[in-house]
Formats: sequence, C-alpha cells, structure tokens
Amino acid sequence: MSAESISIAFTGAGGAGVMTAGQMLLDTAAKAGYYGLMTRSSGPQIRGGEAAAFLRLAVDPVQCPDDRMDMHLAFDWMNVERFSAELPLDSNSIVICDEAAGDVPEVISATGAKIFAVPLKDTAKSVEGGRLNMVGFGVVGGLLNLSEEAVIAIVEKALKRKGQEAVDSSIAGYKAGVELAKTVKSDVALSAAKAKDTDRWAMSGNEAAGFGALRGGIRFCAAYPITPATEVLEYLAPNLEKVGGTLVQAEDELASIVQIIGGSFGGTPSLTATSGPGLALMMEALGLAVSSETPVTVVNVQRGGPSTGIPTKSEQSDLNIALHGMHGDAPHIVTAANTINDCLFTTQWSVFLAERLQTASIVLTDQSLGQSRIVDNKPADLSFFAKRETVEAGVENYHRYAVTASGVSPMAIPGTPGGEYVADGLETSTDGRPSSAAEDHAIQLDKRERKLADFDYGDHWADIEGDADMAIVTWGSSTAPVREAIKRVEAQGKKVKLISLRLLMPAQTEKFDEALKGIKRVLIIEQSHSKQFYRYLRAYYDLPKDVKLFNRAGPLAIRPGEIVEQIESWS
Amino acid sequence: MTTEAAAPKRTAKEYKSSYKPVWCPGCGDFSVLSSVTKALAEMNVPKEDCAVISGIGCSSRIPAYTSVYGFHGIHGRALALATGLKVSRPELTVIATGGDGDGFSIGGNHFIHACRRNVDMTYVVMDNEVYGMTKGQASPTTAPDWDKSKLTPHGTGVNPFNPMAVALASGANFIARGFSGDPNGVAKMIVEGIKHPGFSLIQILSPCVTFRPEQRDWKGMVRPAPVEATDDSSRAARRLMSDDGFNTGVLYYGHRKVYEPKLEEKNTLAEIEQGFAI
Repeated sequence: MSAESISIAFTGAGGAGVMTAGQMLLDTAAKAGYYGLMTRSSGPQIRGGEAAAFLRLAVDPVQCPDDRMDMHLAFDWMNVERFSAELPLDSNSIVICDEAAGDVPEVISATGAKIFAVPLKDTAKSVEGGRLNMVGFGVVGGLLNLSEEAVIAIVEKALKRKGQEAVDSSIAGYKAGVELAKTVKSDVALSAAKAKDTDRWAMSGNEAAGFGALRGGIRFCAAYPITPATEVLEYLAPNLEKVGGTLVQAEDELASIVQIIGGSFGGTPSLTATSGPGLALMMEALGLAVSSETPVTVVNVQRGGPSTGIPTKSEQSDLNIALHGMHGDAPHIVTAANTINDCLFTTQWSVFLAERLQTASIVLTDQSLGQSRIVDNKPADLSFFAKRETVEAGVENYHRYAVTASGVSPMAIPGTPGGEYVADGLETSTDGRPSSAAEDHAIQLDKRERKLADFDYGDHWADIEGDADMAIVTWGSSTAPVREAIKRVEAQGKKVKLISLRLLMPAQTEKFDEALKGIKRVLIIEQSHSKQFYRYLRAYYDLPKDVKLFNRAGPLAIRPGEIVEQIESWS
Repeated sequence: MTTEAAAPKRTAKEYKSSYKPVWCPGCGDFSVLSSVTKALAEMNVPKEDCAVISGIGCSSRIPAYTSVYGFHGIHGRALALATGLKVSRPELTVIATGGDGDGFSIGGNHFIHACRRNVDMTYVVMDNEVYGMTKGQASPTTAPDWDKSKLTPHGTGVNPFNPMAVALASGANFIARGFSGDPNGVAKMIVEGIKHPGFSLIQILSPCVTFRPEQRDWKGMVRPAPVEATDDSSRAARRLMSDDGFNTGVLYYGHRKVYEPKLEEKNTLAEIEQGFAI
C-alpha cells in the first residue's frame, strides 16, 4: 500500500553518521521529485552521545513531523531510551536493527513494531572503506525503491570533497544495503512523486533566516556561537562576504550585540543570532538600541530553558524575555517565524521593521525550525528591504531626536557633514543633549512608543486562514501541526479558523479583534510549561469566554493528531 | 572623504561642542579633552569622518564635548561599539575613550580581545585609579592598600591590573602612556596612535582630585621614559617589569597584521539563492 506521506527515523551513537544518512535520504527524495523535511534530535555531547534524524517524505508539501513513524532504522541501541518519547512507533511500524547490536530494548519491543535484525555492521565491514550509515541508508533506499541514479548524484555531491575513493566506497555500501533490504518484509511505500519539475528549495530554518537577513539588507553581523543558532551565523559568514558585507566573531554575546549597534550607528544594517542564554546577556544592550534609536535585529533560536536547559532541543519558552526582558520602558519589535520556510520572510521583514522604525527587533524561531531541513516550493520574494530615514549632507540645526509626525526621527550617518551628533543611552532632549528633565523623558518615551504603535504593519502581522466559529490561536513552530490538524478535521467536514501571530510586539489589538469577529471558542496551542503565550494573549487581547489551552513543555513536538484530539474532544 | 589639501585648516576649538562638562573643577579629563581636540585639529580630520565612542563613567562623557560623531553607550562596551563601527566603515577615524573601571573591569574581556583583534582604532583611557561617577570605589588599577572607599574599607588587597602589560601580551599594536598635565604631549601621542595602523592603547594618568586628592602629586612623579620606543615586544616587556607606572611616552609600536575585512560585492542575491535550489 502506498501513502502520500511516510516517516522514517534513523538513530544511533553520535558520530555514527545518523544525520548524514538522514540528509542524503532527504536530498535523494527531493531529487526524485518529493517534498519532505528532516528534524534532528541529539544529546548535549558532540561525539559519542546519541543522535536521531526524523524524516518525513511526502508527495505534497509538508511542514511538520507526522504523528507516528513508519520505519525506524537503528544503527545501534545506544541510549535509544533517551529518544523513545520522540519516536512514536506502533504495531504498523517496522524497525530495522543490527543483529549484533544486542537485545532489542524494552522501550522498542513494547511498541509492537515488527523488528528485523540484519547484519548491518558485518555488511559494512565486507565493503572496502564501507560505512555503517551508508549500509543503513541503502536498506531504507532499497525498501523505498529509491532511484539509484538519484542516490549516486547525491552521494557524489556530498562526498566530492573527500575524493573519488570515498564516493565509490559509499556507493558500494549503499548497494550492499539495498541487497540487505531484500531480507526485510516491509509494505511502507510512497506514492509517485509529482514535483520533479517544480522549482523547489532545500534549506534549514537557520539558513533561511540567514538568507532572509541578506534579503532584508543586512551587511554586518557580529557572532558568538551558541546551539541551536550557530548555523545562522555560519551561513552569513561566507555569504555576507559575497555581498560586500562582513561578519566578525566576537568574544562574547555582550560584544556581539554591541558591535552590531556600532555597525548600525555607522549606517550598515546589522544583525546577530543567538539563543536564550545569549539573549539574556544581550538585554542591556538591546535597551541601548531602543533608547539611542539605533536599528538592530536579533534572531533568537529558542531551546529548552531556563539556564543551559536542553540546548539541543526545542521549546517556545523565550517569549517572556523577548517581550519583557529589557529594563525601563523599551518599546521594540518581537516577531516569530511560524514554519521552517517562514524563517526567511520573518527575518527579512523584521530587518525592514527595525530599520524603518529605528528600533531593536527580536525574531523568535526555535530549534525545531532552525535545525530542521525542508524541501518545499521556492518561497515568494516579498520586497522588504532596509530603508532607513536619513538626513542629507549640509543639514542645518539638526536635531537627532526631533519629534516628527511618524515618531521616526531622521538619522544622520557618520560621513554626513552637518549631522554630527552623539547617540546616547542617557535620556536626551531632541538635539541629543543628555537630559534628566521629566519633560524630555516624557517626550522621548512617547515618541519611541508612538512610532511603533502608529505604524501600519499590513497583513503580515498574522497568518489567518479559514472561517469558522472556533479558532485556534497559536504562534511559531506550533503553527504547522495546527495547520495540518485543521486540514484533517476539514476533511471530516469540520471547520476551524487559524490565527498564527507573526508580530507579537507591538500587540495588534484592533486587528486581533477583527480576526476574532464571530469566533465563539478559542483553542490556544503552545510549547511552554508556564503558558507564556496564553498569559501574553490574556494580557494584551480580549478573548471570548470559551477558551481552552493545550500546552506542554519542550522538547516533545506537538503533533497534528494531538491537536485533532483537542478539537474533537471539545465538540 | 574630503581632500586634505583643499580642506581649510581646522582649529582645536572647532572640534569642541558647546556643552559644559559634568566634571569636577581640577579634573584631569578637561585637559585630555583638549588633547583629543588638538590631535584632531593637528590631523585636520573632517568632523563628519570622525567618531568618538565611549562607555559609562566620568571620562566616558567625553564624546558629547566634541563636535564630531559620537556614541556614549553602556558600561564597559566602548570597544565593542567602536569595533562594529570601524569594521563596517573602515574609512572613518574611530577613537574609543573611557576610564579604568569601564575599560579594565566591566570591559576587561573586550579590552583583551580588541588588542588581539587589532582593528585600526585608538583607545584613550583616562586612568585615575577610582570609580568617580559612583563616588569613589576602588578600580582595577587601584593600589591594594587604598582604604578610603566604604566598599573596601580594608583596601581591596588585590594586585592592580597592568593595562600596558596586558595590552602587550594581548597583541596591541601601539602602546603609550601620557599624563593629563602635559596636554600637548598627550595630543602628539594621540596623533601618533591614530596614524599607527591597528589597535593603539594610550593610557593617560588623569587625576581625580575629588576622590583621590593625593593624585595632585602625580605631576611631580611622572617623567619621560629614559628610553626610546621599541618595536621589539620582548624588550618592551622587560621594560614593563621595572616600570613604576610613572614613565611616560610611547613604549611599543608593533607591525602586526591589522584586522580589516575587504568589503567588496562579488555576487548578487539571485546568485546566492541558487545554493538552495534542488
């Protein structure tokens, strides 16, 4: 029986090549005309820990993992119990493992999945330079009837750097795996691909955010590595160079955020990326950006917190700090990407907003978006590009913080004669002179709030889909499973409206009211133990009387099926 | 940039703003301000092509007292601000300024890494061995037995930070010490620091007459170093071993590679996005 979408997990010790096998499978499927995505899960160790690649391959575009796994290939049983909660197997699943890996752990056998022990390791040894992960990939490729031509093209592309020998031995390993597959009885099959000639992209959310930054006009980045945000910075390093910009590796996050404020003061749109602990360190400086009205953008890829928390896994729990982390009254922009693809647009738009409104914008994504790789249709290029209001050379009697109708005061860029001013974290009068006078404070606070409050953010403030008397209100990575759940209940004739907020701050209360017109019941979905999104909604918006919340801490992904249950049990 | 030959000669006064400094009467920083503006006049830098960057503290108020571009940022981060500006706008003349607490305590990590990175900018530190703005606490350069602060009533008991030694060990490309009582000498030193490629540290002994009145005696204690500047770092290090903190002049000028990424557009975004295509 063939399906429109199938899910496959690879697990094994860190360093076993789990992620490589997963990525090659995804790339091969893409080449063959499928859509799909791969999420990753790993322990905190760099090598020798545990790693899992969760794939979903599909005939039509998919944006999130499915409810269950059709196939699980275990290279070994190392610490598999640490993943078991993230690995939903059932009696229709098949598990392929190495016959020499020892007893099948209870957590796996208890699922009722059909288990096939095959000589993975011995087969790898029988091939000159053979690698275990290529044999495993071959078993899965054989079971799915992957085009060998596509596999060879992908392996060549991936291993070209390592030389022809590595390519040849990998392909030999793959083929040996395909032979092994003949001993496994599986009816997991994917329907025929339809998108071979469709313009599609493959990218991770972190790469998408990096490219969105470039499209938004970012030309300077200061970087301090942190899991799971590093790939944004690693994408920007070589690509900024190509567009006439540059990236500096800073000594810490206190420096990276302040360096980009310096870059932006010089007129160059500037950005950094970090995760929770780094964002906490950046808070004082973000207040400086707000107060001195120097635009900067920070992409914060959320992970499990507080403190070091679960650095390698996802959670939607940096909402509070992004909204309220700064001391004083510091109006700023907070946005959230709601799919892997959307990391591109939301980052691009946030750069535009920061530049247009001369403030700090914080883009929230998370590990499940940032470190997942998607194959999807090429996203549309919406033309948002940094456009800062500046003054011309020779300006006279220039007041940097002049009160204007929009609240945005034209900014002088160093190099502009007549515009010389001193940006300051101290409160100032309109001409930039430090001032502790109550009147000046009130004028500048009003101006900084008004420029954000009065701006027209257009339709991008939220993704709103469908019409019904029940709505699901959600944000970020919870959106894709909600979207899929709504599609499933629609197939049963039930209607649910989706409201996924992209712009979290400033809160768009009027637009939200408009979106809730006719809505009698609201279901709120989020991945935070302390209900951060629910509390945010309660603080800023009017909700109908009938409100239900489905929340849970990370790192377990919220799955479409669970949301379907929430909808159906509330009928 | 304006062509130097055609530009009219600017006076030091033109680089001063109309603001009255917040400093106490007798503060050494008045004189350092005049050294900075004299240096800019000497180099005749167009006002719009120069930026003075600082963090927090008495001496960090200096940008507002100049008439060039400036940024008075947050405590300890002057060098990070200056680095971001200079790397993305290499044609600007960037001067970072501040005090010993801002630069060597809360900003200590940035100081080390600015020396290492060697971006072409000049760091003028007004060292008075005390936190003045918060009314007299021990700073990293305060002697361990100074017991006049309520915060450390028995003295800090902690060995003072040696900025020049740290700068030399960390890779600063130009290291000098001046005394605020010699504004012309300091101005000359700042000009040299700006002209020398890479990161220049200029430590200026600048008395705090309010919380460290005994520093009035510094004028009788400072002396020009008895030896010429060297570009040999081991020789400079040996000199620092016998330095009592009152030798003035240029200690060291190096030839290390300057951190200055080339900013050249080589590809279009349309070309770059091809990397995502299947």
